[in-house]
Amino acid sequence: MAHGPAKGIGRWLFTTNHKDIGTMYLWFSFAMFLLGGFFAMVIRAELFQPGMQIIRPEFFNQMTTMHGLVMVFGAIMPAFVGLANWLIPMMIGAPDMALPRMNNLSFWILPFAFALLASTLFMEGGAPNFGWTFYAPLSTTYAPSTVNYFIFGVHIMGASSIMGSINIIATVLNMRAPGMTLMKMPMFVWTWLITAFLLIAVMPVLAGAVTMMLMDINFGTSFFDAAGGGDPVLFQHVFWFFGHPEVYIIILPAFGVISHIIPTFSRKPLFGYSSMVYATASIAFLSFIVWAHHMFMVGMPIGGELYFMYATMLIAVPTAAKVFNWVSTMFRGSLTYETPMLFAIAFVILFTIGGFTGLMLAIAPSDVQYHDSYFVVAHFHYVMVAGAVFSGTAAVYYWLPKWCGRMYNETMGKVQFWISFIGFNITFFPQHFLGLAGMPRRYADYALQFSDWNMISSIGAFIYGASQLLFMFNVIRTIKAGTPVSEPKTWEGAEGLEWTVATPAPYHTFSTPPEVK
Amino acid sequence: MSTESNYYVPEQSRLPIMAATGMGVMAYGAGSWVQGSSAMVFLAGVLIMVFTLYTWFSTVIKENMAGMNSDQLKRSYVWGMSWFIFSEVMFFACFFGALWYVRVLVLPWLGGEGGFASNTLLWEGFEPAWPLMTTPDMVANGEAAQFKGPDQNMSFPGWDKLFSWLPLWNTVVLMTSSVTVHMAHTALKNHNRTKFNAWLGLTVLLGAIFLVLQVEEYIHAYQHMGLTLESGIYGTTFFMLTGFHGAHVTMGTIMLLIQFLRGLKGHFTHDDAFGFEAASWYWHFVDVVWVGLFIFVYVLA
Ligand code: HEM
Ligand SMILES: [Cu+2]
Repeated sequence: MAHGPAKGIGRWLFTTNHKDIGTMYLWFSFAMFLLGGFFAMVIRAELFQPGMQIIRPEFFNQMTTMHGLVMVFGAIMPAFVGLANWLIPMMIGAPDMALPRMNNLSFWILPFAFALLASTLFMEGGAPNFGWTFYAPLSTTYAPSTVNYFIFGVHIMGASSIMGSINIIATVLNMRAPGMTLMKMPMFVWTWLITAFLLIAVMPVLAGAVTMMLMDINFGTSFFDAAGGGDPVLFQHVFWFFGHPEVYIIILPAFGVISHIIPTFSRKPLFGYSSMVYATASIAFLSFIVWAHHMFMVGMPIGGELYFMYATMLIAVPTAAKVFNWVSTMFRGSLTYETPMLFAIAFVILFTIGGFTGLMLAIAPSDVQYHDSYFVVAHFHYVMVAGAVFSGTAAVYYWLPKWCGRMYNETMGKVQFWISFIGFNITFFPQHFLGLAGMPRRYADYALQFSDWNMISSIGAFIYGASQLLFMFNVIRTIKAGTPVSEPKTWEGAEGLEWTVATPAPYHTFSTPPEVK
Repeated sequence: MSTESNYYVPEQSRLPIMAATGMGVMAYGAGSWVQGSSAMVFLAGVLIMVFTLYTWFSTVIKENMAGMNSDQLKRSYVWGMSWFIFSEVMFFACFFGALWYVRVLVLPWLGGEGGFASNTLLWEGFEPAWPLMTTPDMVANGEAAQFKGPDQNMSFPGWDKLFSWLPLWNTVVLMTSSVTVHMAHTALKNHNRTKFNAWLGLTVLLGAIFLVLQVEEYIHAYQHMGLTLESGIYGTTFFMLTGFHGAHVTMGTIMLLIQFLRGLKGHFTHDDAFGFEAASWYWHFVDVVWVGLFIFVYVLA
């Protein structure tokens, strides 16, 4: 086991090493991030001015759909699985993941799934055009025939997620170093353990949803057709039963990352560790019983509206506990503002804004106004971009020195942070105004009174997009030519087993389990 | 594979990438097949998968027989199988949930309950009922309807016809097989190989009988009862639920059959029989699903 990586392409194709697999996940995710980002640029270019300039409305719909699908399933989720692969074994003192071969399978499914999805862009009928939430009957009766590739792509991608989650659960429950009790586990490990449960519970439901679509489209069933006694709204229930936990699948590992970075740069242990664990678990539990807050406007008995409204608001309680704990960790700490910390602080602020707009949306009578408007778009970009993506970026800066033994360029990192931060807010803050003023989402054109804010939003999007290229440049430059570092601890305030091994982390860590006190 | 101290890290392996390729080919092949192209690509994918899985499982079995698996790794396999079964539970939950939603909420609403106008505007005169023999489409469009309800349904036919009611026998067969697989396990624990093989063989046989009966039921439904996938939401939920269950019974039977053949070759010991145990958990799981089906699809209708 003391040997290093194999040579050539075989290293990556046949690997069973959690670090190799983590690296592949991260690069794959970044590639998808650029692809999804490209789609976003097309969308914002078209919306730069009212009227149709660059693309046709049908293609616009394909762009919004593909953007959402690629970002959620191709960029954000694999990014955090990549982090899980790299970090969980090192954080719990294990030599590798519990089931290393299955681990590699989980990864390699993804390129196939997304190649299949992306190839629909070049097929007859075009790519899926029914929105990332693929509501029936848009995705059944009125779908392009490529929907079938989408369906089977989702199937294998779901298999990848389920196997990945099983692996994480087995690793965390079974491979911890002696002495590492559950309540001593680092927060990132906790959040991933809970996320893995969520994934195993809801990915099969997503598989069920697309299977019902497949049957309705090709085999004459009537799940989503009232003529046969079914109901299109059934689709929305099944989808959101998956979909709402899915948004927590995206954000919980991000919470975990932030819970590492803030203590490090505050030089204080995380405030309220156990309340963080319980808050994470309660968020996960609640996420199963609030799904129909996405459906206030489709028609629900008044009792349903009220129940889903109050249940949704409950989630704000454990979420607020987390924000409180992060802020309290910083309170009277000796703070320094390296790039990861800047992203983490921005996360706390911007995610909180997203949480508050979520609360506004959760109020059923108000949602009558906000639903399917740009206000919703602003809400979920605050939680998914300033939440998940900022946290992922912070994680890369934070652990990159440990991974490759080289330090990134701090100035360039800070510049990238400020461009991202400003670009992000220019893009999405005005979308709140647009939504409140009544601009509907998912349209290729808009009324003239929305022109100014749309133009500003598009300019912000181009700035934000450019900042990601700077990020890529900084990371590649670090890997190729960054200043070498060798102390186990890159950051003086960092705690945890991953900072006890050599830098860069050897190909195999912890061939004998460390003792945790 | 190499082990050091008490930890396990396998060597590089070609199996994962082969499996991923198989799944990719299957996904593409299935997509083009349902659109009318030939099934060849899909079948090629299936072939790759079967070959890969066969090799993969043989490798794992050989590793275990060579004593390379630590207790920790064995626990990981147990966790893996348990959570896989949980994911399957959620898959069925999705379809049971759909059935519940349709029966309890959608049909009454379509019939006008709660004061929604859909009934009068679209399906004037629709009467909710379960099993749904007359679809809204039929009410509105008569003979021109696309979704025509079935002529007959699979529900409980009354006490006098109890013993000629196929689902009852299916239930008896599956319940018995749950007992026999348990007997096999007990026999193995008691070092009684002959009994182990016999009970396990019997279980496989019962699984096969169940499948034959199920096929029989489907043929009857299609040919004599006018009950098909296309006969509205009743046919939809009936065939999707029993169909996925049947697919899982098929999987389970194959898994048990493999364990049976392994048993004949002398695999398994009283305290090391993960392959068999995993297959038997899976089997109990499909039994439990059947109980749910029997109650909610056949009896309470
Ligand atoms: C305090 C916490 C949150 C609350 C109360 C909340 C509430 C809501 C509500 C009520 C909607 C539906 C709005 C509508 O369609 O009219 C919504 C949409 C959405 N939320 Fe949240 N949310 C919260 C946090 C999050 C988080 C953490 C994420 C993801 C990381 C997220 C992602 C989304 C997405 C993607 C949508 C839009 C889905 C679509 O229609 O495309 N939310 N949220
Ligand atoms: Cu939600």
